Formats: sequence, C-alpha cells, structure tokens
Amino acid sequence: MCSLGVFPAPVTAAQTLLERNNELLSALHPGEHPQPCDLPSPQFTRDTLKGHSRPESSSRSAFLDQRDTLWMRSAGAWRDAGLYGLLDEITNSAEEVPRFLAVGSACVLALLRWASSFHGSLFPHLTLSSDEMVAEFSQMSDSALRSFAWHPHTDKFAVALLDDSIRIYKSNSSATPTLKHRCQRSVCALQWKPLCGSALAVACQSCLLIWHVDPTSLSTRPSSGCAQVLSHPGHSPITSIAWSPTGSLLVSASPVDTAMMVWDVAAESAVPLQRVGGGGVTYLSWSPDGSRLLAATPSALFRVWETRMWTCERWPCLKGSCQVRKLRKLSITVFELMYAFIYFFKLTFFSQTSWDPRGERLAVLLKGDSQAVNHPSVIAVFKTRSSPVFELLPCGFVMGEAGAEPRFMQFHPHFQHGALLTVCWSDGRISHVPFYFSSAGLLGGDSPQQALASNTADHSSNKLYTEQIS
Amino acid sequence: MAATAIYSYAWLVPLALWVLLIAWSVLLLPVTAAVFVLLSRFSLFHPIQWISECTSLLTASSTIFSLVVLCGVVLITGLFNLEFYTLVPSIPCSRMALLGTVLHPRQCVHSLVYCTMGMLVMWCASVTIGGRYSTLGIPCRGSGFNNCIPVVTCLNEYHLFLLLAGAFMGYSHSFLGVVQNMYYVSFQPIQQYKYPRFKGCLPMVVKCSVIQSLYSARNFAALYFFFGYAPKTWISSTLHLQIDSSLQPLDSLTGLLDFSLLYHLTISGTFLYFTWYLTVLLFRIYVTEAYSFPVQSTFTEDAEQCLPKVLAETNTLVMKFFALQDLALLSQHSLSRRLEVFCLSQPGGHPHNWNAISRECLSLLSELTQRLVAHQDAVASNGRVKSQSASSDTRSASLSSSGKTPRLGVPLRTPGSVFKSSVGGVHSALTAPFTPDVDSPFSSPAIRRLVGQQEPRSPWFGTVQSPHIMRRGPKLWSASTGSSRFTVIPLHGLETPVNSCSCHTLNCSAQVKSFLAKRVLIVYLFNKLPEASSQALFADSQVHIWALQGLSHLVAASFSEDQFGVVQTTLPNILSCLVVLLEAVDRHFKLPHASSKPARAVCRMGDSTYKTLRFALRAALKTAIYKITTTFGEHLNAVNISTEHRKRLQQFLEFKE
Repeated sequence: MCSLGVFPAPVTAAQTLLERNNELLSALHPGEHPQPCDLPSPQFTRDTLKGHSRPESSSRSAFLDQRDTLWMRSAGAWRDAGLYGLLDEITNSAEEVPRFLAVGSACVLALLRWASSFHGSLFPHLTLSSDEMVAEFSQMSDSALRSFAWHPHTDKFAVALLDDSIRIYKSNSSATPTLKHRCQRSVCALQWKPLCGSALAVACQSCLLIWHVDPTSLSTRPSSGCAQVLSHPGHSPITSIAWSPTGSLLVSASPVDTAMMVWDVAAESAVPLQRVGGGGVTYLSWSPDGSRLLAATPSALFRVWETRMWTCERWPCLKGSCQVRKLRKLSITVFELMYAFIYFFKLTFFSQTSWDPRGERLAVLLKGDSQAVNHPSVIAVFKTRSSPVFELLPCGFVMGEAGAEPRFMQFHPHFQHGALLTVCWSDGRISHVPFYFSSAGLLGGDSPQQALASNTADHSSNKLYTEQIS
Repeated sequence: MAATAIYSYAWLVPLALWVLLIAWSVLLLPVTAAVFVLLSRFSLFHPIQWISECTSLLTASSTIFSLVVLCGVVLITGLFNLEFYTLVPSIPCSRMALLGTVLHPRQCVHSLVYCTMGMLVMWCASVTIGGRYSTLGIPCRGSGFNNCIPVVTCLNEYHLFLLLAGAFMGYSHSFLGVVQNMYYVSFQPIQQYKYPRFKGCLPMVVKCSVIQSLYSARNFAALYFFFGYAPKTWISSTLHLQIDSSLQPLDSLTGLLDFSLLYHLTISGTFLYFTWYLTVLLFRIYVTEAYSFPVQSTFTEDAEQCLPKVLAETNTLVMKFFALQDLALLSQHSLSRRLEVFCLSQPGGHPHNWNAISRECLSLLSELTQRLVAHQDAVASNGRVKSQSASSDTRSASLSSSGKTPRLGVPLRTPGSVFKSSVGGVHSALTAPFTPDVDSPFSSPAIRRLVGQQEPRSPWFGTVQSPHIMRRGPKLWSASTGSSRFTVIPLHGLETPVNSCSCHTLNCSAQVKSFLAKRVLIVYLFNKLPEASSQALFADSQVHIWALQGLSHLVAASFSEDQFGVVQTTLPNILSCLVVLLEAVDRHFKLPHASSKPARAVCRMGDSTYKTLRFALRAALKTAIYKITTTFGEHLNAVNISTEHRKRLQQFLEFKE
C-alpha cells in the first residue's frame, strides 16, 4: 500500500474541476467550459427539506396519561412493543392482576433481558435501536442527501433525500420525478436494476421497495402503485442491497438478520441464505461478472459466496493484517483486491471506495476527524492498472468548496472520455469531476470489465480462493 | 430402440429419486418420533423422571412397532407424492371446477388413503402417549344392580377422539393439497446443494406444521362438539362397547376444554403434519435438483441423451424441464459447454447443436405467443369469451375491471301478473350488472348464462315487450353506460329457442332462472375466480423463462465466443420472436385482472409461485432483450429485421422500456 505522503499536495479552498494531462485542476484556462457534460448537479439544503416526523414512541410524552383497562393497555403494549411490552405492562400493574401472573411475567422478563444482554454482548450492534442501526451501517450522512445511485446504462441518477423522498435526474431532461411511498422511511441504499430501464430498488427501514419508473413518462409524481413492496418477517432494517449483474436476482441484508435474502423480484419470492455467526449482514457487493458475492458482517468476519451453488467461505479477520498476508500469498487478481479494498478500507479509516468501471481510477474517501479542525474528509484518487502486474499510483485529492466535505461518491458507469466521479458533499451539493485520459484497455480493444470477467470466466471449474491455493 | 432408452431413463430417474427420498424420510423418522415422545410426555416438575420415562419408552417394543407402522405410512406418502406431483399446476377457473377436482375419483382415493394414514399415525401417537389414550376399550363398571357390579369394556372416548382427529387431519391435508396445489413443484431462482436447502427450509416446515395443526385442532374440536355424538354411538354399537356415563363426554364444552387433551391433540397433529410435509419437502428438493446433460456425445448410442435431443422430447415433461433448466444454467455459468453449443459438426460442418437448441426454444416461445394471441382474440371481440376449454375460459372483460362486482337479482318490485314479475326478475338479472348502486360479490358471465340473459337482438327481446319493460329497458341501458364502467356486452350461449314456445314454458323457465339467480350457493360456485385465466395461461411459464434466459445468454455470449458465426444466422429470427412475444405479453397485461398481484400467502406448505409466473416471465423477457441489445449495441442495425421490430429494439437500445 502506498503512503499518502507521495500524493501531490492538495490545493485548499478550491473546488477540483477535472483531471487532464495527469493533473487534477481546480481552475481552467479562460474561455473553457467547466462542465462539458450536461449532467444535472442539483443542490439540496437541510432547511428546505422537512425530515419525517418524530418516531411514535417519543410522541407519547405530548399526551396526558390516561388509565385504560388492563386489557386495553396490554393489547396496546403488545401492538407497540411486542412481547417485551406486554410483560412489562403486566409486571407494572401488579395490583390489578393475580399475583402469580405478575411474578411470572417479571421472571420471564428478567430471563429475556438477561438472554438479550448476553446476545448483545456478543454482537453489540444488536442493542442499537432501528434508527441508530440505520445510521451506523448505511452511508447516511449529516447532509440533506441520504443516498445516491447512477443508472448502470444511461445518464440518469437517483438521489434519496432527508425527507425520505427520492428524486430522479436525467441529462437532457428537466423532469425530475419524485418518488414517495408510505413505507419509504430511512432510505439506506438505492440501486438501479441492471439490464432494465426502469426498476429502482430502495432499501427502507421496514421493507424493500422496487420502483418501476417509466422512463418515457413525464409524470413528476409516480403513484405508489408503481412500487412493489417486498418484506420478510425479521428482515429489517435493510441496510444494503445488491442486484446481480444480470438483473435477475436481488440480494438484501439487514444487520439484525443472520440470513440474507435472495429475491426473485418479479415473483416476489425470497430464498433466505442463513449462516450463523457475525450477527447479521451489513454490506453486500457482487463481483462484476456475477460469480461471487461479498457479504460483510458487523463483527470481524466476512463471507464470500460463489453464486453457482451458493456456498460460502468465511474470511475471519481481526485487524486486517493477517488477511492482507493471506491475500498476498494468493495470486491476487484485481477482483479479489477490490474486495480487499472495499472491506479493509471500510474497516479502518477509509469509509468508502469506488472503482471506475474501466479499472483505471480508484477513489477512496478518507474519513476525517470530526473533532479536529484541520482534518476534513477528503477523496484520494489512485491510478490503477491491472496488467501485467497490479499497480497503484497516486493521482491526487479531489477537493470541494470551502467547508464542504465529501459524503459519498460513485463513478459514472459509462463515461466516454475516461472516468467521471460524482461526489455528494456535506452541503447538499452534487458535483461531477471528470477525469480525462485515454484508456489503456481501450487501445487493446478489450474493456477491463471483460478482462476482469475473463479471469473467472469458466465457472464450472470455478473454485473459491482457498481451494485455489491448496 | 433409442426411444425406449429415453423412456427407461425417464422412468429410472423418478424411481431412484423415490428410493432416496424414502430412505431419507425413514432415517429422519426416529428423530421426529423421539422429539414427539419428549414433547408428549413433558412434565415441568419432574424432569429426571420425564427423561428416564422417555428413554425407556423409546426402546420399548411398542414404539418399535409404531415406527414400523410409521415407515409404512411414509412409504405410501412417498408413493403418492411421486404419483401426484406436477410441474404444471392445474388452476381451476371457478369454484365449481375446484369442487369437481375435489370429487374426482382419483382425489377421493387420495383422501381415503390419507384419512386411513392419519388414523394410523394417530393410533401410533396415542399408543406412544399412553395413559388414558392408549386403547379403544377400557374396563369400566357397568350399570349393575345392588352389589353385583359387572366389569365390562367401555369405549375410551379419548382414543376415539384422537383417531377421528387423525382422519380429519388426513382429509384436510388431502383437501388442502388440492386447494393450495401442494403437489405443484416449483423451481427455486437459485441453485443450492440439497443439505443447505433442507436446512434452510426446515424451520419453515416446522412452522407450517404447527400452524396447520393448530388450525386443524380448532376445526376438529368444533366439528366434534357438534357431530361427535354420531361416530361415538356408531362405534360403540358396532363394537359392542358401552359408553361410560360416569365420565364427562367429550362432545361437550367442559369435556373439550381440557388443556391436556388439546395439547396432546396439537402435538400429535404437528407430528402428523410434519411427517407428511417433510416428505413433500424432501421430494421437492430431490425433484428440482439440476441435472446436467451432455451437449454432444462422441458415441451414437448416447446421442439420445444429449441436450438437443432431450429438448425436443415432447412425451416426458420432466425431461423437458430438466433440459431447459440445464440450458439456462450452462448459458450463464459454463464456458466450455457453451463452446460445444457453438461448434460445428465434424463431417459436414453444420451447427446442429445450436440449430436444434434455438429451434426448440423459438418454437416454445412462439407457441406461447400464439396462446396469448388466441386468448386476446377470444376476450377482445366485444368482450365475448369464445368457447374454450373448461379450465381456461376467462372472465369477460366487462365485469372484472373493478374490485367489486355488482349484485345480481334484486327483483323488481313490479306488482301484477306472474308473467310480468317473472320477466321482471329475468330482466333484473339482465340489467343488474349494469346498475351501479347495488353491489355484491356474486356475478359472473357464467351465472348470467345460466339464468338466461338475453341479447337485445335475440328474438326473445322482441317477443316479450311489455310496455313496462320497454319503458324501463332503454332507460336502464343508457343509465348504465353513462354512470358505470360496465359496458353493455351480450353474452353468448343464451340463444334459447324461444320463438315458438308458449307463454307458459317461458314463464316457467324464467321463474327457474330467476330462482337460480337468487341462490347464493350456485352463484358462489359458478363465480369465476379472478386472475385464474391469466394464471392458467402462464401455468407452465417456467420453461419459457428458462428458454428466454438460455437463448439470451447464449446469444450474448456468442458475441465474443462464437467462432464460426453460427448464431448470426438465427439472430433475426430470435429477435423478431422476442419482440412479437413482448407485444403479446404487453397486450395481455392490459387485460383486466392480468396485472393484479395475488395476496401473499402467510405460511403454507402449498407453493404459490405459479401465481406470479406471468410477472416473472415479463421480467425475464425484458431482461433477455436488454441482454442482447446491450451486448450487440449498434451492431443490431445490421441485422435484417422488420422496421417495427427495429423501432421496438431501438427503445431497448435507449433504455426506454
């Protein structure tokens, strides 16, 4: 891994506009157009967006306490808080119920609390509330933007906003459809379906929504009838989703559910793939050729699934170092290294990585220190090359306007003249930074996607990593 | 010779499968039996005694005998699975058709056998539970005089209760098997090894059997409360067993509210259902396991088992399913087998493999297109459903567009002659679907056919014009077309020859018809189930989905892997076939009820995948076209297809679908 010291010094307080001739430029020669592509770059501020109302439990204090009958209260407690609430209610109203019932429910409650605290001590994330968990495991930020997704084939992107609405921007079109749905709360992730013009998967707090937004329609408010609601008991909040590259399957994961769901979206049926250990699944990523799927857990463990017969291999990981050594022993293909990047950098001080689809630029979001003044989050960009040997060269830092920190980023899936990085900033701005270069892969007439795929093309003889070294 | 080879092969697979299945079920039986024993003897306050009792019971000879009996039950269940399973579900279009299926002799035999098996399992369970459940006859004190009290055998009602519960559960299993299409086997979207899949499905099976057992226990308790007296007296009279009057009878409220009895009933029911469901699950897992066929063989005697030959096989449906599944898998996951598909034959240089595979897939898809077009033609012309087969005729377009269907048969409040009132009744049936303010779930073309609804142009319409009706008629028609969305649609099959009939017969038949129209039960039975026709059209669409996946992936792979250009020759055919199918599917989804989603089943063993197959097919079709267009891109302009199809494909190239 290279040190950040070899990077060219970042130019502070000036927005990076583009890369040309291997230089990241923040100012242009006079007479040049700053945005050659007509991609919309909207800006959202927190004030204009009203967040969703406070959760129901906290609104209780606004009302006067009213004594209902025990039955009513028990039913309400059961509806609001499940078994816990019911037991709690019975224990608290000991003077109204028979003594043995109150004592029994108190015992059961204590037992349950003990068990859950034991479980929670194994997997600390389980003690978080649903909202906290969403904030912890999604790429959610303090800005007005919650999530962002490019369409894999067209110049179109979707942005999830703080008020739980989703807007869709297209180039060459002023119509921006706004998607709202009753179930669409705490949006954690967005992803467009590959090989499809219209379907957008949205991971919400309670369910999974599949929007079918007709690309030819001029409507700005598609009705909620356009959305499919997919839910499975015990599988919420959903923090990560991943479409298979062929668009036939959708995998969803929740930090509280040890099973990840493989959805056949059109048929609305799910196959749970359960593996105990790890306490949940927080992050999912398909390999570009669709042969493998990475599933990270909240604890120091991740799994790599092969998608032919859906078996998995555990990669336990304590500090990352052992795993890096293990990686080095193998002949590292680009694909595996990408996994390593995504995983380890997420674990340590990197919060996000994004690889350009040609495999030539790698953007890494370095998380800043919120206490220190001079340590903002920045994006470091590497040049990468996969053949003949893997190389990682520093390219530079992408800076925003003064005071704005990058929150999340994604490469445009098919930019013609190189790569295009879209960055969402903390001040609610979305900007596009083009990197102009002539692709080495294009000269060879072979796109890196295919080169990546050819590494693992024959899946009948496909083996998992450890099988390859043994 | 070759044909016999295929048939023997086709027979061998299920046989081997059955043996494996039985072996597994029998191996799992002692485990479930042990769990059952532990649960049935459970006592919270004497754990050590409980464990020791259970271990001694598990090794007792009676338990071994019970296990042997249970093995027999599992064997028969496996046989029935093998005999009844289907890859294409039968979808009844009305409740009458469903009733016909339930009363079919084959189904009756099934129900009878399952009742018997349920009783057998329950007998084993009651013997295992022991105590008051163990035997049918128990010694009791008869009604003697003075001090002489003779010891006679009395009927043990607890034992009888469990046995009858077994029969009831057996019947309800058999009945639900028809209603929920329990024997329909669907293929999963992903491939898994057998053991992980079994492990993943096991909690679902346990949950389903517990829930089903609870429902059955509730229903049976209610049934026994009302009708329990009949079997009790019958058994006691035939077996000359007395009824102990000192004991509380079970068909009373206090007798049934026995917690221990209900617990044992539920536990035994769960055990019963679990045994059966487990067999079903194992069968599904074994039957849907992917099978790999060789693409080509160097030996001529094996040629019949190669993929192109098996694909063309029409006699055994299972083989076709397996072959298409294998095609879809190889097109996505196996480079070497794809290369075999694209290769040329050694002497001659013909792409036989590719030709056979593509021809078979295209014929499947065009057959679906024709089916859809025929259905649309049938529905389209003036909303009239032409005569189709009984199981797949459809609900007319007129009625189904709204959630609630209007009500039949509020008779007109016309005083006067019988003739007038009866005709009024008929006409109320006729016009009721068009009156917007009344609503009820009972109306269908079938029932209107039954009650004799008339076309305005039919001779009858002219003959029975009383001034009253003449005045009424036009007003209603116009009101209906204006205010509701039900349009005036004449239905066929009503041309009763009435020109020459006397007034009297007319009167009678009209009375009968209006009488029938008002019978809720008949209306209920003949009422068309919504969506059923759509589901029936796409019942076997799993093969089409695989064909689409296989074709599209092969074509996409041919862009870089096809050395000889064998795919190029068929590409125009494939593209036009896909576009034509897409148009047909699009038009089908514009029909009422075709795009409404079925309610999702909560927890049941029956597979309801067939209800959503049409959506899966549409998604697979679009994905297939996208797969081809994104791979070929601008090269598609060089492909020789018609202008309309090119326009449609351009939409796909621009991602506007």
